[in-house]
Amino acid sequence: MAHGTTTAPSEDFVITPVRPGEEKGTWSSWIQDLFFTVDHKKLGLMYIAVGLFFFVIAGLMAAAIRIQLAIPNNDFLHPDVYNRFFTMHGTAMVFLVGMPIIFGFANYLVPIMIGARDMAFPRMNAFGFWITFFSGILLYMSYFTAPSLYNAGSAPDVGWFAYSPLTAKAFSTGHSTDYWTLSILMGGIGSVATSINIIVTTICMRCKGMTLGRMPLFVWTWLVVAFLVVIAIPPLSACQIMLTLDRYLGATFFDTQAGGSAILWQHFFWIFGHPEVYILILPGFAIMNEVIPVFSRKPIFGYPVMVGATVMIAFISLGVWAHHMFTVGMTSLGNSFFAISTMLVAVPTGIKLFNWIGTMYGGKIRFELPMMFSIGFLFQFLIAGLTGVMLAVAPFDWQLHDSYFVVAHFHYVLIGGLLYAIFAGIYHWYPKAFGRLMDKKLGLWHFWLFTIGFHLTFFPQHIAGFWGMPRRIYTYEAGRGWEEMNLISSVGVVFQAIGILLFVVNLLYSLKKGKVAGDDPWDAWTLEWATTSPPADYNFEKEPVVRSRRPLWDLKHPKDPDWKYE
Amino acid sequence: MDNAINQTLPVEEETPWRLPSIRKVAMICLITTETALFTIFVVAYLFYIGKSLNGPYPYEVLHFPWWASAALFGSSGTIMIAEHYLKKGKHGLFNLWWFITIALGTYFLGFTAYEWYVLIYKEGLTISTNVFGSTFYSLVGLHASHVIVGLFLLTIILISSFRKKIDHEHHEHVEMISWYWHFVDAIWVVVLLVVYVLSMNY
Repeated sequence: MAHGTTTAPSEDFVITPVRPGEEKGTWSSWIQDLFFTVDHKKLGLMYIAVGLFFFVIAGLMAAAIRIQLAIPNNDFLHPDVYNRFFTMHGTAMVFLVGMPIIFGFANYLVPIMIGARDMAFPRMNAFGFWITFFSGILLYMSYFTAPSLYNAGSAPDVGWFAYSPLTAKAFSTGHSTDYWTLSILMGGIGSVATSINIIVTTICMRCKGMTLGRMPLFVWTWLVVAFLVVIAIPPLSACQIMLTLDRYLGATFFDTQAGGSAILWQHFFWIFGHPEVYILILPGFAIMNEVIPVFSRKPIFGYPVMVGATVMIAFISLGVWAHHMFTVGMTSLGNSFFAISTMLVAVPTGIKLFNWIGTMYGGKIRFELPMMFSIGFLFQFLIAGLTGVMLAVAPFDWQLHDSYFVVAHFHYVLIGGLLYAIFAGIYHWYPKAFGRLMDKKLGLWHFWLFTIGFHLTFFPQHIAGFWGMPRRIYTYEAGRGWEEMNLISSVGVVFQAIGILLFVVNLLYSLKKGKVAGDDPWDAWTLEWATTSPPADYNFEKEPVVRSRRPLWDLKHPKDPDWKYE
Repeated sequence: MDNAINQTLPVEEETPWRLPSIRKVAMICLITTETALFTIFVVAYLFYIGKSLNGPYPYEVLHFPWWASAALFGSSGTIMIAEHYLKKGKHGLFNLWWFITIALGTYFLGFTAYEWYVLIYKEGLTISTNVFGSTFYSLVGLHASHVIVGLFLLTIILISSFRKKIDHEHHEHVEMISWYWHFVDAIWVVVLLVVYVLSMNY
């Protein structure tokens, strides 16, 4: 195990990195390492692996939902099963797929990008991973154990935001809602622990010369995200505690008959829920910030503005939550405030989009897989942002609230935006983590099939929403004009599923058969590419020293280093 | 590659490279996240002031906790005195003032226990009686649970100190615990204001 020792190895000490296929060790030692490791790179990969595992499960649930909705009056899924499926799909995708994968990227990349040897608190890091993992197991255990305890109810079926009074004991008998509550409470503890770790690592563990102004934008964005997690997750934990008190001790927080307020739950949930959207999408931006410059062969356009825009997004995101509640019946002052603040988010987000385009403009763009997904991200996230601004207009929202237009909007954000960024990130850093490039041919098939499938599935949902199709209905009658849109939507799933299958095949195939990558396959500029692929346990033999935002550029171009101009 | 990067880039000798203390930054983050947690419970309490459908109401059952508050606020002072003596290396005095801090904290916790006993058994106010009960017990209970954690941490330090494991080089570890204790005190200022002042007329 590598310690952060201060005594550097001597100059003639040569590292012999372990290349894929050359590992020595038995299964038992491998398993042991998996359970006891505190290495940030292993934990990062474990986070991503767990996230992808739940992604497949929750994705299959979504596929079942689409089969049910493909034709009118279908009876593929029982209505109760359908309710459980969309609840579990939403909860899992946010808490067990999105969060673990983005934390995985942060875990792997933040320390290595700032030239550190590990996180500030490696054991707390392992704690964060395992508690997140167990919260996922707990949530899915509800399928197996919730009925046997009480003989009523199974998996949670209250929707991912679990509006009161659906969660009251009277309307949600059995323990399914408790599984949901406790699982989220647990996952929240893990998220906060990991985020504190990321903040401390970023602030206190930077290598020599890595001033805040020279940090890679990935790390900057993550510093902001981690602060957002630290502030936004406790409201969620608080309202879960209140809900548990309501359900077990008879407290009356959300019990309207006893003077409580169901609206209060909505406020508390969305005080968490809206920043959560930015907690999920900002790490996507973080990946874009690293991938786009490298494949455009230009430094990022407007570095300080990008940092400022990230901070602005995080700040504004704390004051927009009630745009989820326009139909609740707030005052016109409240409606106006939340409409305007929500539209305001478009300003820093627009700045970011323009800066990425500015980075690409005049660059020598290489259409490698990470860049393909990044370009997909730019287009799709633009659409997501525009529908977001539309929904921010309160009267427009009164028409389309809880319709498929909203479903289409947030799937464009989370799939078209976040998931594309995650794919870009995986294709980009896979050679660093495993020493081999992912297969380009398979990757291109994945990209095109998934992109076609994604738009086939979710674009028609905008139109179905305009035509009045409400979300969360388990079936609909023929003759309402929704049939074609739903059928196209369900057909798209086939393309998406094949795309994902190819992606998983590619992940496993390239592990042994991929082209050997070398230390720096993309000719990139941040510190993680300065070490071996995969990096040694201790990341860097000697702690690096940086003098500019692109330390590897300086190294490769000693006659024209960046630090002359910064 | 590793070696190369260090050889090519000259070390900036002129500017010393100093970074903030890991412990301090971590504690600030923890306090921030705890503050966010308390904020929601405080908002819930404020939101439900005067919304109880049945009694007992706050003005009937609550009494301003003069002595307990004085003890808790005083303990913030005593812990600072203890820290001061640790810095100077006077272990006996450190132990004494640290012990006084624990005693004051325990007195405060005892008061909360007694207050709850009276409220539950004499006044008939439980968490399920009305929204006042729900919000009161959850907010004060959350604070009391933090006092318990604080007392636990303080006791660990005292035991370590008795076993001669605490030296002035551990000053920063001890200081972090005192930061936490100050935070628990600061929360009590808010709870006092919200529960025992603002809701007294309802």
